[in-house]
Amino acid sequence: MQRIGVFICHCGTNIAGTVDVKAVAEALSHEQGVVFSTDYQYMCSESGQQLMREAIREHKLTGIVVGSCSPRMHEATFRKAAAAEGLNSYMVEIANLREHVSWIHKDMKEATEKAIILGRAAIAKVHLNAPLQAGESPVTKRALVIGGGIAGIQTALDIAEAGFEVDIVEKSPTIGGKMAQLDKTFPTLDCAACILTPKMVDAAQNEKITIYAYSEIEAVKGYVGNFKAQIRRKARYVDETKCTGCGLCTEKCPQKKVPNEFNMGMDTRRAIYIPFAQAVPKVATIDATYCTMLKTGKCGVCSKICGTGAIDYTQKDEIIEREYGAIVAATGFNPIDAKVYGEYGYGTCPDVVTSLELERLMNAAGPTNGTLLRPSDKAHPHKIVFVQCVGSRCTETDERGKPYCSKICCMYTAKHAMLIREKYPDTEVYVFYIDVRTPGKNFDEFYRRAVEQYGVHYIKGMVGKVTQNGTQLRVQASDLLAGEQLHIDADLVVLATAIEPDKTARSIGTMLTASMDTNDFFTEAHPKLRPVESPTAGIFLSGVCQGPKDIPETVSQASACAAKVIGVLAKDKLTCNPCVASSDEMLCNGCSSCEKVCPYGAITYSDKEFRGPNRTTLIRRVASVNPAVCQGCGACTVACPSGAMDLKGFTNKQIMAEVDAICK
Amino acid sequence: MQVNGYTPKIVAFCCNWCSYAGADGAGSARLSYPENVKIIRVPCSCRVNPMFILRAFQRGADGVIIAGCHPGDCHYTSGNYFTRRRMALLFSMLDYLGIERERTRVEWISAAEGAKFSKTMNEFCDTVAALGENKRLEDLRCKQ
Amino acid sequence: MQAMMEKRALELLENGTVDRVLGWSAGEFPYDMTPAVFETAEELKNNFVYNDFCGANLSKYLVKESRKGGKILVFLKPCDTYSFNQLIAEHRVLRENVYVIGIECYGKADVDKLKAMGIEGITGIRTENGEYTVMTVYGDKTVKAYEAMADRCLSCKSKKHVVYDELIGEEGEVIEDCDRFDMVKKLEAMTPDERFAFWRNELSRCIRCNACRNVCPACTCEQCVFDNPNSGISQKAAVTSFEENMFHIIRAFHVAGRCTDCGECSRVCPQNIPLHLLNRKFIKDMNEFYGDYQAGEDPEKKPPLGTYTLGDREA
Repeated sequence: MQRIGVFICHCGTNIAGTVDVKAVAEALSHEQGVVFSTDYQYMCSESGQQLMREAIREHKLTGIVVGSCSPRMHEATFRKAAAAEGLNSYMVEIANLREHVSWIHKDMKEATEKAIILGRAAIAKVHLNAPLQAGESPVTKRALVIGGGIAGIQTALDIAEAGFEVDIVEKSPTIGGKMAQLDKTFPTLDCAACILTPKMVDAAQNEKITIYAYSEIEAVKGYVGNFKAQIRRKARYVDETKCTGCGLCTEKCPQKKVPNEFNMGMDTRRAIYIPFAQAVPKVATIDATYCTMLKTGKCGVCSKICGTGAIDYTQKDEIIEREYGAIVAATGFNPIDAKVYGEYGYGTCPDVVTSLELERLMNAAGPTNGTLLRPSDKAHPHKIVFVQCVGSRCTETDERGKPYCSKICCMYTAKHAMLIREKYPDTEVYVFYIDVRTPGKNFDEFYRRAVEQYGVHYIKGMVGKVTQNGTQLRVQASDLLAGEQLHIDADLVVLATAIEPDKTARSIGTMLTASMDTNDFFTEAHPKLRPVESPTAGIFLSGVCQGPKDIPETVSQASACAAKVIGVLAKDKLTCNPCVASSDEMLCNGCSSCEKVCPYGAITYSDKEFRGPNRTTLIRRVASVNPAVCQGCGACTVACPSGAMDLKGFTNKQIMAEVDAICK
Repeated sequence: MQVNGYTPKIVAFCCNWCSYAGADGAGSARLSYPENVKIIRVPCSCRVNPMFILRAFQRGADGVIIAGCHPGDCHYTSGNYFTRRRMALLFSMLDYLGIERERTRVEWISAAEGAKFSKTMNEFCDTVAALGENKRLEDLRCKQ
Repeated sequence: MQAMMEKRALELLENGTVDRVLGWSAGEFPYDMTPAVFETAEELKNNFVYNDFCGANLSKYLVKESRKGGKILVFLKPCDTYSFNQLIAEHRVLRENVYVIGIECYGKADVDKLKAMGIEGITGIRTENGEYTVMTVYGDKTVKAYEAMADRCLSCKSKKHVVYDELIGEEGEVIEDCDRFDMVKKLEAMTPDERFAFWRNELSRCIRCNACRNVCPACTCEQCVFDNPNSGISQKAAVTSFEENMFHIIRAFHVAGRCTDCGECSRVCPQNIPLHLLNRKFIKDMNEFYGDYQAGEDPEKKPPLGTYTLGDREA
């Protein structure tokens, strides 16, 4: 039986003005288990707390009910005071007599009656309270960043800057991501490589950062502070430690007809290759699908020519295991496959290109060495049509596209239009748009420059169809403002394709038990207040994997994400919330209902031995909750049909006792 | 509040992060609602087990309301989505058994919506009062 | 059918593929077919029975039987395969220890309907060409099968086996246009007062014998909340109308999204309470609110209460 002390606060006249506090203290003193009941002017004051502490000592109280302001206000205060007297913090319950009683009711009789009922509910709950201890778990002081684009690089650099070790795992042979493929960046028009490659080099040279390029995450186990990740280091067939990146092999390799993904397949590379000149790590990689030596065993040119003996045809995938305290998802994006929009002629008409392809066509290191030539006949295009929102902002019935705005297309299209008009003033440029969206610093000014200074023709309306018409492309479109149908014979059509999360994001999300939305973007812990954290503790989000973003936004989010990671790594121990779910193994059916609704992946199953009838042993599948991961929402407790799952601090019995007290 | 000689009893389960704070907001702004409403704090609306609702009716509650964060704003990201499904089904079932649909309600009330909290509770009290005493799910032993 | 099943069971038992056979044997009455485990060829030959009185869904027995070591052969009707699949999805049955033989089914006889037709002294049943030939001590009686078929079979949702290792008899199809929700719709169209009266009339007859719970393949809890004094809601016999309601509402809620609508609860209810109408209400609502979902059809599919969409209807 608990020995309960009741303390009714006047809160000056805030409570006492409407509630007869003496009557409440009197009434509650007769409740079962209450050994001390009093009222006091300001319970939260130093002397109020002192009063409580003395009563705990004097009356050997095991439970406390404070009738005061909202627990959101002073629950922590009273818990601390109780703890100072050696009473477990979680033996304190608050009856909210101010916000929920005195401030909303005027009639003293009614308010006093309600206050007594709320006091009884709190007492009924305290009777069933159990001391709870917040657990602690150690922290591995190393972070894993999945994805080596600008987001991953920035996050890693910031974490390393704070003195913690970071591993970047990147699936392609080099870090750099999509930004490395871009030509210029809006709204400043500085070259992407010029601002990105120094960061790549910084990452490579930072002694706190380890780059695992050409590697993929195989499995992740554990929880915040204590993750274990398996990383598959794919075979490059080149010894990274020996290769100097001289590039001789990539010139001599006889297999020349490999589509070059860095240039969006618009030119070719060799079977042994370095993706681009500034690649980090700058080592060659053999593409096993094309290498004659690996396929037939006959060739070996690269091996013969390599001065350092770095080529190793026998190399195998290697799986390494590393431990981390926090994991950052920075898995990035890809443009959608524009082929699904057959009406725009992509895939059938060679001069219909995507914006990312145009980036390469305009880049000095691209397939045309920076001269804008159209793919079909390498001629200068004189009339170019840009189509906005290809696959973005689609209605729900359009299964080919995405419901969201890809956010970056308006600005990069303005950039493309401007750059083309700057470099080739004889070119006419048309942009078909639904809306032009340019929020952002210096963004609208940039767009207006394209229209006003560079004379880009912006036409509000959608393109209906693009067909090959001789050497030209016939673009059928509508001008919504003029209310007319247009036919433009263009030399080049550029599709601003929607962006979508990288295809690997879903499986990585599953491994991390990080929740994702229907578009496969990672969900943030709170859309406004915790935008760089996943709801799963210890998993953080950087860049477009969380939602469409441009470079400045990506970089700021990446740094914010790093700050959150540092917040975890800086701690030696993590204190857990003690109000977590726990499963009664004797009652658990092992049905996985709870696991399905847990947003944190806190529930795992294992086969355990139990004593069966007649000295037999039964093996049963039972759930267990990791208290370091559980956040205490209680979703599992309702999903559980057997009642095995309960929530500490808010148990079924406690809540039902409150219900009973209120309905009495 | 008394209607035709009876005082409706209303149990409100409020999630800690939004609706309980919304109720605090109603208090801070002195936006009154009938004292018939008694609030039970739960971490998330998804903590509310159908057992609790039936228990309240058994013990003589005349109406039960569950208030949580707006969809998309759940502190635990997905709790209220589960609440929405569970309660849609449970309330439909209660209705199917002939227990008036108006006695049960789910409402999304954010921490900033003190006014909505007060308005919702006023409305709900009126609705429940108009229905009269809960006779269909009462447990006579609890009515002493 | 019985001969084919018995022959195959004997083969599998004798060649060591399985160690035990879960089937039916005659119970207290010749129409009262009871689930039974056969461990030897001898037992099988002497006691194994299969006919259209064998309505019992055997899948639930596998919760215990699949954990006893060795492999067990089970005969499953199409509707039973859904329950079996659901139990697999919930990790309640160990698939690797079970050998499933799917058996064709054209609907099981309802002995009460036969009795209501004045047929007495029943000793057995044969089915041919849509007719039951009922053997009685007074000689054979022939009736149209659909006239004496169990209600749940008249509104059968599927003649297809969703899981099996081998099949005896013909494979059927999912019945898309079955009318199993007709009665639910009828109730929904009533006023709340009428519905209340309907359910009071039904549920007030409940004697809390727990037959529905014991037979239900979704009710496999290690310990039922109603039996657990620590759950706060344990009950024995229902004392008030509230407790009658409470038990059936909570039971229906606990199996919501897991109930395959096998109809066993209503079949075994000694008070003939149409309990399946509670489960069907949940099934119908879930189909309407969240898209069609058939528990047990695809163990990989997420159950309606284990998932959500952002645009779900409001409660």
